[in-house]
Amino acid sequence: MEHKEIAVRLRAMAKSFGGTKILDDISIDFLQSSVHALVGENGAGKSSVGKVVGGYYTPDEGTLEVFGQKVERFSPRDALGLGIAMIHQELQLVPEMTVVQNVFLGQEANRAGFLRKGDLARFHELEKTCDFGLDPHARIADMRIAERQKVEIMRAIARDARVIIMDEPTSSLTEDEAERLHQLIARLKARNVTVIYVSHFLDHILAHCDRVTIMRDGHVIRTDDMAGETKQSLVESMLGAASEISWPALPPAPDRAHTAIVEMREVATDTGLSDISLEIAPGEIVGLIGLVGAGRSEVGRALFGADPITAGSYSIAGVMQSKRFNIPKAIAQGIAFVPEDRRKQGLVLTQTTRPNISLASLGAISSRGFISTRKETARVRAMIEHFGIVPAATNGEVAYYSGGNQQKVLLSKWAIERPKLLILDEPSRGVDIGARRRIHDFIIEMAKAGVAVLLISSELEEVINLSHRGYLMSEGRIFAEADCRSLSVEDALRRIFKEQDAAPSSKEAQAR
Amino acid sequence: MSDTQLSAQAPRPSFKISPGDFAREYGVLTIIVVLMIALALISDSFLTARNLLNIINQSAPLAIIACALTLVIIGGGFDLSTGAIFGVASVSAGWVAVQIDPYMAILVGPLVGLVLGAINGCIITGFGVHSFLVTLATSLVYRGIAILITGGALIPVRIEQFSWLGRGRIGMVHVAVFVLLIVMIIFMVLLNRTTFGRRVFAVGGNEEAAILSGIRTNLIKIMTFTLSGMAAGLAGVIAVSRISMASPQAGTGMEFEAIAAVILGGTSIMGGAGAIWRSIAGVLLMALIGNGFNILNINPFFKDLTTGVIIVVAVALAASGRKRR
Repeated sequence: MEHKEIAVRLRAMAKSFGGTKILDDISIDFLQSSVHALVGENGAGKSSVGKVVGGYYTPDEGTLEVFGQKVERFSPRDALGLGIAMIHQELQLVPEMTVVQNVFLGQEANRAGFLRKGDLARFHELEKTCDFGLDPHARIADMRIAERQKVEIMRAIARDARVIIMDEPTSSLTEDEAERLHQLIARLKARNVTVIYVSHFLDHILAHCDRVTIMRDGHVIRTDDMAGETKQSLVESMLGAASEISWPALPPAPDRAHTAIVEMREVATDTGLSDISLEIAPGEIVGLIGLVGAGRSEVGRALFGADPITAGSYSIAGVMQSKRFNIPKAIAQGIAFVPEDRRKQGLVLTQTTRPNISLASLGAISSRGFISTRKETARVRAMIEHFGIVPAATNGEVAYYSGGNQQKVLLSKWAIERPKLLILDEPSRGVDIGARRRIHDFIIEMAKAGVAVLLISSELEEVINLSHRGYLMSEGRIFAEADCRSLSVEDALRRIFKEQDAAPSSKEAQAR
Repeated sequence: MSDTQLSAQAPRPSFKISPGDFAREYGVLTIIVVLMIALALISDSFLTARNLLNIINQSAPLAIIACALTLVIIGGGFDLSTGAIFGVASVSAGWVAVQIDPYMAILVGPLVGLVLGAINGCIITGFGVHSFLVTLATSLVYRGIAILITGGALIPVRIEQFSWLGRGRIGMVHVAVFVLLIVMIIFMVLLNRTTFGRRVFAVGGNEEAAILSGIRTNLIKIMTFTLSGMAAGLAGVIAVSRISMASPQAGTGMEFEAIAAVILGGTSIMGGAGAIWRSIAGVLLMALIGNGFNILNINPFFKDLTTGVIIVVAVALAASGRKRR
C-alpha cells in the first residue's frame, strides 16, 4: 500500500459536557486524500469527533495535529484557515441571500471592501468541478434541504478546503443525488482532499470510503481499511454483538372493501400538487415512493390540513371535508402528522419531555382548561416506557436528547391518543439502529391496531419493505400505484426515472 | 438483542448542577439576598416590615405589568405599548371617576387596557407584522389618545370611594399589595396549570411545531397581548388612585422598566421559557436598588447606572448558558 501523509491526527483526545464524557481517549489518523468514515450509533460520538476537528468543540484533553502542526485552542475560523471545512447536519447558510452570495460569503470579490463583479464567473468555474446544476441567483430560503447542502459543499470547495468534514451528508438526499455526491467526493479525493464522512448509511460507506473508524459510547472501537469490511462486520462492531439487519414482518393486508379512513380525488394544492387521488384503509400501511421534491411531504401536509386544498375532493371516514378544513379539524378527526424535521417542526426544544408529549392532546388531560398533572404524568410515563426513551425522565431536557430519543418523544406525542390515520414523514432520519428498529416495530404495532399509516421516506428500501401498498410520485403527481410486496427498489427507481424523462415532453405538448 | 439494552448504551446527560448553572438559574434571587443582607447591615431602617411592605406597595403597578408581559414574552412577543396603555387607562379612569362613578372607574381601567391590548394582538396576527413594530406604533397612537381625552390637562381625582385602591390598607398591608398577590397567583396558575399556559410556551418555543400540533397560535398571541393590556390598565388605575391625579403622560417609560424586570428575572427574550416569579424577582431587585440608594442617600444618577449594569450582567450570564445548546 502506498504511503500517505497524515492530514489530521487526534491523540488521546477527550471531551466532556456538563460532567458527561462524550468522547474518551480518541486517537485517529485521517490520511491525506482518503475518504474516512466515522460510524456508530447515535450518541456514539462520531459527530462530536467531526466537531472537534472542525474547531466547533475544544477538546479537554489530548492533542490535535493538522498537517503535522500541533494546534492548541482553535475555532471554526482557525480551522478554515488551516483548510478544514465542516458541512453540518443542520446547514449553516444565510436564508435571505442567493446561492452565489452564500458560496462566497466572507470572501466576496472586492477592492478595499467594495464589492466587485466576478463572483459569478468564479461560481461557474466551481460548477465545473461540482456539476450540481444550481441556479446561482436562487434564494436559499426557497431551496430544499438537498440543494442547500450542495451550496454548503460548494462553499467548502470555494475555500480550497483540504479537509472536508461531512456530517450525515446523504440523510436528506435521494439515491441519485447521493450517487452524484459520491462522484464529487471521488473528484475531491483526486484533488488531494481528505473527506471525513460521518454517516448512518452503511451501504454508502462500504461503497465509497477508504477507511473506517467505528465508535461506540464515546470510544474508538477500531480503525481499519474499508477493504475486508462488510455490513455485518461494521454493525457487529457498532453494537458490540452480532445483530441482524432485517425488517419486521408486516401484518396481513386489510380488506380494502372497508370504508377508507381517508380518500382524496384529484386533489391539487398551491404547494405544487396536482391530480392526487389516493385512499388508505384501516390497518393498512401505504408508502409514498418518490425522489426528493416529488411532493411526498406535501401530500402528508394536505391530508393533515396544513396546506389548503384548492381543487378536488377530500373525505375522512366517508365524510366530505369543506374548503375550511384545517389542522385542528384534522386532529379532531384522528389524523396525526409526524413532520420530517423534528427539531424545527416537531419539538418545542425550550420545554421538557412532559409538555412535548402532551402538546397535541391537552384536551384529554384537562377539564375546563386546567391540566391534571397527575393524569398527565401517568400518561407520559407510560409512553416513555413504551418507547424506551432514554433518559426515562418526564422532565428531561429534550434539546439535549439524541436524535433517536427525540424522535421517540415526537412519536409519543402522536401515539398517546391513538390516531385513525398516522402520517409519518421521514420517521427514522438520523436515528441510530436501535431506535430505528423500535420505530419500525411501532409502525407495525399501529397497523395491527387498525390505524391507517401513510409512510414517507427518502430511503426507498424503508418505504417498500414497510408498506403494503405504495403510490409512485413524481413532480407533484401520483403516476402509479404498486403492491410493495412485489416491488423492488430497482423497479421503483426505474419507473420513477422513466416517468421523469417522459414528463417534460408531455408538458411541452400541453404548451403547444 | 432487545431495544432497551440498545438504548441503555446511549450516554445519559447528567443533571448535576454546577455553580455556573445555579447562578444562571437563580442568579436574580442570589443578588436579591446579597443586596438585602448588605442593606440590612448598613441601615437599621431597611429590614423593617414597614419599609419592606412599602417597597412592594410602590412597585405593585410595575409588578402587575411585568406579570402579564412575561406571558407575552414567553409567547415569543414583545409589548412596547404597556406604558401608553397605562396612560390611557389612567385618564379614562380619572375621567369616569369624576364624571360618572368612582367604582365604575376602577373597572374602566382594566377594560380599556383589555380593548387596546386586543387591538395590538389583532394587528400583529392579522397583518403578520412583528409585535415590536406594531406595539411601538400603537404606543404612539395610544399616548395620543390619552392626551386627547384630557386635552393635555391633568384630572384631579380626590374621591374616597376611588382612592382606597391605591392608598387603603387592610391591617398594615396595602390594598395594592393584595391586588398584586392575586394577579400574581392568577398568572402563575394560568401559565403552569392550564392548557392556555402550555400553548403559550409552545407558540414561543417553536411556532411551527405549535401550528402542527393543532394550536390556534394567532388566538393564543391575541390573548397574551389582551392580558398584557388589561394588566397595564389595572396598574394605571392603581397609580391614579394612589396619587389622586390622572395624567396623560403617566407611565411614560414604564414599558422599558417592565421589559427590564422580565429580562432581569431571567425569562428568555427568545420566547418559550420563563416564569412569573422571575419577573416579580426582577421588579423587586430593581426596587431594592432604588430603596438602597434612598437609604444611603446617594446621587440617584447612580441608580439607573447600577440597574443597567446589573441587567447587562444578568443577560450576559443567561447568554453564556444558551451558547452550549
